Amino acid sequence: MTTWPILSVTTFLPLVGALIVYLSRGDDEAARRNARWIALWTTLITFAVSVILVMRFDPSSADFQFVEKANWLATGITYHMGVDGISLPLVILTTAIMPFCIIASWKAITNRVREYMMAFLILETLMIGTFSALDLVLFYLFFEGGLIPMFLIIGVWGGPRRVYASFKFFLYTLLGSVLMLLAIMALYWNGGTTDIPTLMHTAVPRSLQTWAWLAFFASFAVKMPMWPVHTWLPDAHVEAPTAGSVVLAAILLKMGGYGFLRFSLPMFPLASHDFAPLIFTLSAIAIIYTSLVALMQEDMKKLIAYSSVAHMGFVTMGIFAGTMQGVAGGMFQMISHGIVSGALFLCVGIVYDRLHTREIAAYGGLVNRMPLYALTFMVFTMANVGLPGTSGFVGEFMTLLGTFKVSIPTAFFATTGVILSACYALWLYRKVVFGALVKPSLTSMKDLTFRECVTLFPLIALTILFGVYPKPVLDMSAVSVQQLVNNYNTAVTAVKAAALLQ
Amino acid sequence: MSFETAGYQLAPVLPEIVLAVGAMALLMLGAYRGQGTTRTVTTLAVLLLVVVGVLVYAQPAGKHVTFGGSFIVDDFARFMKILALIGSAVTLVLSTEFLSDPSRRIFEYAILVLLSTLGMMVLISAGDLISLYLGLELMSLALYVVAASNRDNAKSTEAGLKYFVLGALSSGMLLYGASLIYGFTGTVSFAGIAAAATVSNIGLVFGLVFLLAGLCFKVSAVPFHMWTPDVYEGAPTPVTAFFASAPKVAALAVFTRVTLTAFPGIVSQWQQILVFVAIASMALGSFAAIGQTNIKRLMAYSSIGHMGFALVGLASGTVEGAQGVLMYIVIYVAMTLGSFSIILAMKRNGQAVEQISDFAGLSRTNPLLAFMFAMLLFSLAGIPPLAGFFAKWYVFVAAIKANLFTLAVIGVLTSVVGAYYYLSIVKTMYFDEPAGQVDPVRVEVKTVLAVFGLFNILFALFAGPVVSVASAAAKSLF
Repeated sequence: MTTWPILSVTTFLPLVGALIVYLSRGDDEAARRNARWIALWTTLITFAVSVILVMRFDPSSADFQFVEKANWLATGITYHMGVDGISLPLVILTTAIMPFCIIASWKAITNRVREYMMAFLILETLMIGTFSALDLVLFYLFFEGGLIPMFLIIGVWGGPRRVYASFKFFLYTLLGSVLMLLAIMALYWNGGTTDIPTLMHTAVPRSLQTWAWLAFFASFAVKMPMWPVHTWLPDAHVEAPTAGSVVLAAILLKMGGYGFLRFSLPMFPLASHDFAPLIFTLSAIAIIYTSLVALMQEDMKKLIAYSSVAHMGFVTMGIFAGTMQGVAGGMFQMISHGIVSGALFLCVGIVYDRLHTREIAAYGGLVNRMPLYALTFMVFTMANVGLPGTSGFVGEFMTLLGTFKVSIPTAFFATTGVILSACYALWLYRKVVFGALVKPSLTSMKDLTFRECVTLFPLIALTILFGVYPKPVLDMSAVSVQQLVNNYNTAVTAVKAAALLQ
Repeated sequence: MSFETAGYQLAPVLPEIVLAVGAMALLMLGAYRGQGTTRTVTTLAVLLLVVVGVLVYAQPAGKHVTFGGSFIVDDFARFMKILALIGSAVTLVLSTEFLSDPSRRIFEYAILVLLSTLGMMVLISAGDLISLYLGLELMSLALYVVAASNRDNAKSTEAGLKYFVLGALSSGMLLYGASLIYGFTGTVSFAGIAAAATVSNIGLVFGLVFLLAGLCFKVSAVPFHMWTPDVYEGAPTPVTAFFASAPKVAALAVFTRVTLTAFPGIVSQWQQILVFVAIASMALGSFAAIGQTNIKRLMAYSSIGHMGFALVGLASGTVEGAQGVLMYIVIYVAMTLGSFSIILAMKRNGQAVEQISDFAGLSRTNPLLAFMFAMLLFSLAGIPPLAGFFAKWYVFVAAIKANLFTLAVIGVLTSVVGAYYYLSIVKTMYFDEPAGQVDPVRVEVKTVLAVFGLFNILFALFAGPVVSVASAAAKSLF
């Protein structure tokens, strides 16, 4: 077996693609077509390389694999990359979703196509890097660097209130992250290094754990986003172009959950245990409150944005339950939500491209003109509701199961969210798809084109496949999650035992 | 103290001697051949700065002291001198167009920059309060004249005068502080002061406060920043670029050397001053810049804020802090020179434009310029993976180690506020409709922009060596 740095190649391949797009000069139609094709091929090749990662990945080991290490900054800060069962699914999710984003933008984006494709490719590098960095500084570099392309994507190609939305997105996220940066520094002085695997085995004093946990929480809660710091998300989603919303919902939000799994639980187990009730409360509020808010929305994207917040509530709840089912369920929910919410935004994008409005009231009776669309939209609506047989069900069920063992009230309140999600999702579906086709603007609507089918059908297949057979995803992360949960419980019980002895 | 052992050798001051003699020779050249030689003198001045830079670089490693301890050449001094020389040389290159105007053929401009640079080098190497003052005054007097070099422009003359009056005041304060320190310690040498000032007494602290006030003026830290926006706006743009780079290096260098080598015994006394100054500068730099419409004024507030960030490193009073200051100033100089080369490049129909609204839609009229500026602005805001992030990392990591948590938290929060106005410029360039074509960019401006723009974007790749050099330079102070 060759020893080429496969993980770095996966990470930086999109950057190379962006450079090639940059070098393809010109602004005529041919240049735009070139830019699109280069971007599509880059994302496809990146995906193909990441598939090699999966094939060579050893799911029976909890260690980091494909590890690469090189000197970077002096004194304990290195270029250290690697993936385990928690990060690899997210890496694959990223590389898998990106080609869909490029295809979805094929016709929708007509101005500054080269810049658009470059922004997306750079963003892909930064996202993969975030999930595979094994050094805190390197992680922060990728994590924060993603703000720049996303800021431009929302601001340049976004809707009417794009300036407000892009600023809000940028400043909100930055505000959360700078506090995490200080915590990273404190950890650096505590452990003498920013190497993540080393820090996972470095004891952190309890007071530092509390503060560092809060600082990391500030960053990840905004990114996730958790109630009450979620308000940037609906704005960003509404104003972003379709592919921007897809990336935001499918991948960027997962960085928060990944952060909790990678840093909060393993490095600050005691603080995580102390703060679990806080997370439970916020998650339960998020699930119920944002579901209720979603019920009142008039904009399709906004509704799905709020439903994302609610679904992320299940993830945080599952992760901080600290049980095997909860954490694995949270992990699965992230992947499932990545596919489903991404697909839902694609669905909204399809009708938006035709009618240029996202007002729910502007639609109705689409089933008469667009049967294929109605079918696709239904599958994803059901997955969003969490209907058994779709991937949405598995994640929600497992997180609820995991939480039930730890906190029955949280599980109880969270379960009501399942009902509420059915209310808003079915209501949306009924308003848009069913009913009589009376609005004159809708009579000329065309059903899915071949290009749109290409973006949606694979996602349908995945949604149903993971709904009935979630094993591939669960198996990939099982050992890593098991180790994480074991370490967490060991640390917590050790402290409890010590407290009991005194 | 005998003449030999005290070491009155001239080898350590060779670069300064070359610079002084070279400046005089160029002055003669200009004086005898008239204003027609402006271009030649400027070119030779740049070459002279390069030669001096090579001489500084070639000096033997280690610490060399001469003139009875008044003049110190160590890794720290060499590091800062090369940086100041780069700043001066690059701004001279950027001044080519300004000096090519028939009404502004003033060869003295280059001579004054050279003399000011000489002052900076003396200042950076200062080992006692006398050489500190000599260097500072040589630097400042030349700067006052340079600020007013656009003689027919009322704003430029106003800037020069304002700078002179306030600068003279601050020099007075500094001198008063120096005399108090001398009075209470009985010596002017930093080493002597360090030995005497082991416990704080009220007279010494008084002197220290006045001394630091004078230095704060030079680095334009709050509350001695008032001159900065007016001078930055009024002075010709190449001069502003000069003010924002080289003199800041020298002033920050002497700030670092004085606090760390002359007053290591009473860290707690000056630490609280620096914490206050740093917080005030960061906050003012962030909040006051929001309302600006002139890009040069905005850069003035930005530089006030950045000096606050640099002082965060110094406030920690440790070797990590000194390293943070060094990292910060390197990256700050690169970002500043890059940004000012863009401001210089912004011309419409031969007229320089300075309003932020003039940048509207630049991403469509000149995409490369817009991209470079956007990256510089994100870097100034401290967003990774650009250079500015590493600058902030090294100062705050020092502050965290020194347990200055409040300072660090306030610092990063103000950096978020600062990000707002940098983003506003990016917004103007990328989200707004174009405000018209910009003129083609001159080749020397393009070159400077390419060098510092790429330095800024690719810094993460070669950060390691820079960190090691800065670390070695910081250790030489302790």
